[in-house]
Amino acid sequence: MTRRSSFAAGARDTLPMVIGAAPFGIIFGTLVATGPLAAWQGQLMSLSVFAGSSQFIALGLVAGHAGLAVIWLTTLIVNLRHALYAATLLPHVAHLPARWRWTLGFFLTDETFAVMAGYYARHPRAPLGHWYFLGSCLSMYANWQFWTLVGLLFGAAFPQLQSLGLDFAMVATFIAIVVPQLASLPNFAAAVAAGAVAYLGQDVPYKLGLMAAVVAGVTVGMALQRWRSGGLEAGRREEEAA
Amino acid sequence: MSGTVLTNTVMILGMAAVTVFVKAALFVLGDRVVFPPLLKQALGFVPVTVLTAIIVPMILSPNGEGLELTWGNPQLVGALAAVLACVVTGKQLLTIAVALGVFFVWQLGVLA
Repeated sequence: MTRRSSFAAGARDTLPMVIGAAPFGIIFGTLVATGPLAAWQGQLMSLSVFAGSSQFIALGLVAGHAGLAVIWLTTLIVNLRHALYAATLLPHVAHLPARWRWTLGFFLTDETFAVMAGYYARHPRAPLGHWYFLGSCLSMYANWQFWTLVGLLFGAAFPQLQSLGLDFAMVATFIAIVVPQLASLPNFAAAVAAGAVAYLGQDVPYKLGLMAAVVAGVTVGMALQRWRSGGLEAGRREEEAA
Repeated sequence: MSGTVLTNTVMILGMAAVTVFVKAALFVLGDRVVFPPLLKQALGFVPVTVLTAIIVPMILSPNGEGLELTWGNPQLVGALAAVLACVVTGKQLLTIAVALGVFFVWQLGVLA
């Protein structure tokens, strides 16, 4: 594995996510073109914020004449899940130089987190993992910029985009990452709990339903893990006593 | 620059600052952050929970209009195919390919 091949592998493994994100980039650009922001500001938002959900929500808030503080606070809440991703991935990047950590942090998205969680599960000690990470990041970033621009320029030409279901590529990839991890009972129970709460809370604003789902899933998973390890310890004590 | 344009530019740059803080703060702190064992254990469940939480609503109510537990829901059929392919083959790329194939055939062929 060289730096280049690691980078290329990261970009390649992110390809389904890239396909899935494309229609949202176009839709975002289209919404900007028909809303109060200038076209260059739409592109600036994609370049500097680079977090799809919060970009969509901000457009809605601007159209509704929300104040700056409301928009910034909403951005904070909607993007809070990235802090959870960063905490999860931190052991794999803590050793890198600061410029790498800034870069990978800035480019972190749901999709790249998914790809990296799968990657580190398969290669916990890959020395060039950060190049793979960067490959995933930059392919998502370039893709988001490109489709934002396409939406800004030609958005009106793609009226039926959402009904194509291209976002299913993301669903398929997430399943391929999650299913191998479900062999352990605590993980399985955590996923069931998280899925159930996410389904019930899907209409809760600011992605708080998603956060609640994660809290529920993690709690169930940890409870089961403790209960099992408690059970094992009790068993060991019984064996020792016998 | 007019007042609104300036305000919106400030709004965007502020959003960027908030977002980069949320995303990068922990990475930038790096080794200076030490998680207690309990939190480490909790973070181990984040991938499986958050990825499941993102896709379950997309599969079960793809149109955001309630539960669609029917064969007429291509997201559901495609997701079931993905789970099956993943369990049987254990191969990531093949799983994605099978799922996308089933999804689009179902959407464009079977249901059309």
